[in-house]
Amino acid sequence: MTTQETVLSVNDVKVYFKIGSTGLLGRREQRYVKAVDGISFDIKRGETLGIVGESGCGKSTLARAVIRMVPAHAGRVLWMGEDLLELDSEAMRDKRKDLQMIFQDPLASLNPRMTLGQIIAEPLKTHFPQMPKSEMREKVAAMMKRVGLLPNMINRYPHEFSGGQCQRIGIARALILEPKLIICDEPVSALDVSIQAQVINLLMDLQKEMNLSLMFIAHDLSVVKHISTRVMVLYLGNVVENADSDDIYANPTHPYTRALIAAVPDLDKPAPADRASLMVDGELPSPLAPPSGCPFRTRCPLVQDICVSEKPPLTETARGHSVACHFPTASPH
Amino acid sequence: MSDTTVAELSHEIEGSGQGRSLWQDARRRFLQNRAAVVSLIVMIIIALIAIFGPLFAAWNNEEVDWNVLGDIASMGGPSIENGHYFGVDELGRDLYARVVQGTQVSLMVGVIGSLIAVTFGTLYGATAGYVGGRTDNIMMRLVDILMSIPYMFVLILLLVVFGRSMWLLFVGIGLISWLEMSRIVRGQTLALKSKEYVEAALATGVKHRVIVTRHIIPNLMGIIVIYATLLVPQMILTESFISFLGLGVQEPNTSWGALISEGASTLQYGTYWQLVFPLAFFIVTLFCFFFIGDGLRDALDPKDR
Amino acid sequence: MSLLEVENLSVTFTTPDGHVRAVQDVSFSLGEQKTLAIVGESGSGKSQTAFSIMGLLAPNGQTSGSIKFDGTEILGMPEKELNAYRAAQIAMIFQDPMTSLNPYLRVSKQMAEVLMRHNGMSKTDAINDSIKMLDAVKIPDPARRVHMYPHEFSGGMRQRVMIAMALLCHPRLVIADEPTTALDVTVQAQIMDLLSDLQSDFGMSIVLITHDLGVVKGSCEETLVLYGGRVMETGPTDQMFAEPAHPYTRGLLKAVPRLGSTGAELATIPGNPPNMLRPPKGCAFSPRCGFANEQCKSAKPALEVFDAQRSRACHLTREQIA
Repeated sequence: MTTQETVLSVNDVKVYFKIGSTGLLGRREQRYVKAVDGISFDIKRGETLGIVGESGCGKSTLARAVIRMVPAHAGRVLWMGEDLLELDSEAMRDKRKDLQMIFQDPLASLNPRMTLGQIIAEPLKTHFPQMPKSEMREKVAAMMKRVGLLPNMINRYPHEFSGGQCQRIGIARALILEPKLIICDEPVSALDVSIQAQVINLLMDLQKEMNLSLMFIAHDLSVVKHISTRVMVLYLGNVVENADSDDIYANPTHPYTRALIAAVPDLDKPAPADRASLMVDGELPSPLAPPSGCPFRTRCPLVQDICVSEKPPLTETARGHSVACHFPTASPH
Repeated sequence: MSDTTVAELSHEIEGSGQGRSLWQDARRRFLQNRAAVVSLIVMIIIALIAIFGPLFAAWNNEEVDWNVLGDIASMGGPSIENGHYFGVDELGRDLYARVVQGTQVSLMVGVIGSLIAVTFGTLYGATAGYVGGRTDNIMMRLVDILMSIPYMFVLILLLVVFGRSMWLLFVGIGLISWLEMSRIVRGQTLALKSKEYVEAALATGVKHRVIVTRHIIPNLMGIIVIYATLLVPQMILTESFISFLGLGVQEPNTSWGALISEGASTLQYGTYWQLVFPLAFFIVTLFCFFFIGDGLRDALDPKDR
Repeated sequence: MSLLEVENLSVTFTTPDGHVRAVQDVSFSLGEQKTLAIVGESGSGKSQTAFSIMGLLAPNGQTSGSIKFDGTEILGMPEKELNAYRAAQIAMIFQDPMTSLNPYLRVSKQMAEVLMRHNGMSKTDAINDSIKMLDAVKIPDPARRVHMYPHEFSGGMRQRVMIAMALLCHPRLVIADEPTTALDVTVQAQIMDLLSDLQSDFGMSIVLITHDLGVVKGSCEETLVLYGGRVMETGPTDQMFAEPAHPYTRGLLKAVPRLGSTGAELATIPGNPPNMLRPPKGCAFSPRCGFANEQCKSAKPALEVFDAQRSRACHLTREQIA
């Protein structure tokens, strides 16, 4: 493999959502939900960054902020050295050729009134309106074949396909422009187990073939672990742990990461005796009223006074392994 | 709940060639609805009568048949021999010709009125919904304000002040009825805007104008068609009501409402046909539109997919 | 005698496109205080099996076979008699709590109503019992929370409220239809632990409908694997997971990514789920099965017992698919 250059470098990105009434006459009360509260990460060419967290942790918002589907409040998103957040809308539109997205609900992400061929060709039509019809058709056919769709499906409509097939259509649409980065927003969580594996393998094959970078979002740690080079664990809009994928499983340092790992039952072995002690109580606090200090302190088994008063910074505990905790412990697993 | 599950069960693709679009699916479901299909056929017949009816009329709608004028109650009834298929009115004019003419006017009011409403309402609602934010707020508050005006009262006032004219009637009815349409379309647009396929298009860099025409409007068509079929009878009813009050179309032109009004007032003289024929057309048409609207709703309802 | 005895249950839906045989010849039994997992993917017929037991099938569904609850035939029982069983003897927990909670009524009212109707309790007693039940499902501060509206609870808490409601009349059988699918992973584990705690406290039997093998692993003694509306394999969970005896079960277990695995290819089951309008002629799994031969494609295998407690429906021997 060539020397891995960093393609995407995200720097202290913040996404705050304004809430409260903004009526014509009513007074405006400015309150913010800090959906993403200062997150930084890098993605190298050909690498997969897995982003894990429970619903409401800000993982989807973060992904959308990177490609400017939601406005970021602060921070920088450097794509090949260029700050995407500062581009005008025409320049950004052009950049979208390189940045594509795959969605969670395979059927909902396809326009029900368009045929499969029209859906896959749409990005081509958008960015290369002059491309001759025949060339477009060829490209679509080749891409369909590549993702495992039969040529005779080209004039069919999304509702005639199963979930797995719809997700293949979504992947074909995302890849037709030969992008460099694909954001996968929970691409397999709506699929059946037997289909999940097919889609994961397909994504990994295509990644190798096209030297793609992936940003892979999921709530299922085992899926993320399988596909990712690095894994970033989010909690309430903050990074709590960021490490190589093998490392994070072998040496989970943050209590939340450990709880996530403990929550995945091992199909091959009986549950470990200490499973209960690693699990966490309660649920994600309301992002409207986040806890003071460490965001995880309300559910943390190791909570101390300092966790209430002070937010732990993300610090590197080992090479390439950062954690945001006052009491990071490497537990043998 | 389980009907959708069944739909999920059957998703393997077989055979080859053309897929079945949602419109084709809807047409199949619509054709299975007997009441809707019969209504559609009857509706087409009524429309044909309105268009080609004058060709079969023995009398002009303005001509007075002096032969029957003296004794309308006994001689002016429906008869094939003297060419008055539906009889004559109290002035000796051929009722068949007048009903055909009234049908033309009423259907035109209904269709043109709802076309104005649908076109304007869709554009307005889709714009407000898609742009969102402050624009949406201002546009929809304007609709709220217009909706709070008692429009029947205003329309009657306009007709009284500016005199009765067909043109004013069209504009008056059309310009008021788009309000509701725009609200419905706006709501639907808001829902469609948050769909993942719209997000997917945005993420690819598709322009907003194209998103509206390619992704939003085609998915609005179902609701627009349903609402339009329900709007037509509403327009006809409004026009009839105004004509019944004597403020609608001007003589010698007429409409169902005007004819029914005349028929009702002359009922005491025993000329029942003056009421029965226009009323029959009126009721049958309304029922047809309602059944068609019902059939379309069942056929296009995405929940049944 | 078993509490629940299902024999040759078949469910057929009549649709405009033809008949869909969603469930075919499914048989199983469940003893007192036991837990059975029904595992399958979408379209496998697992939910329709559950709905048949509850008498909640869609009007276009027809059933045949027999479902005996405590020796009484409940399949095809008139609605009125069935109502006496529902809630009091058999209760159901759904994937989405909001489907069974009325968003406009306080939890106290919804819970008390069940008790007042089924047990003829007074309102005060009913509310007191409701509070006890909320406490049993580990909702903090139940005396105050009982008077809240469903939307004031978080997702996991709402699921607990629904479990509390299902258990109000101390049913002997609880059918849980994907009770944790909509929840976050850490909360999933909490709910499954809660269910097994409650089972030992209340002594009920549980039928767990799920697609998640991980959930099954920790909590169910017996597992039944459905595919294309038919039983592929049944038996004690531990034995099945350690040594799956059907190609489908094997494939399914292998397809789940493991935390310990490295980025190698995942084993997959090729193809797509069957179209239930035109099911395969032979074994439902044959089009996707790596071992399928001519016999598999032409004849449906019968469910055969082996190892005393286990059974499988496959033409091939266990050695052949190993």
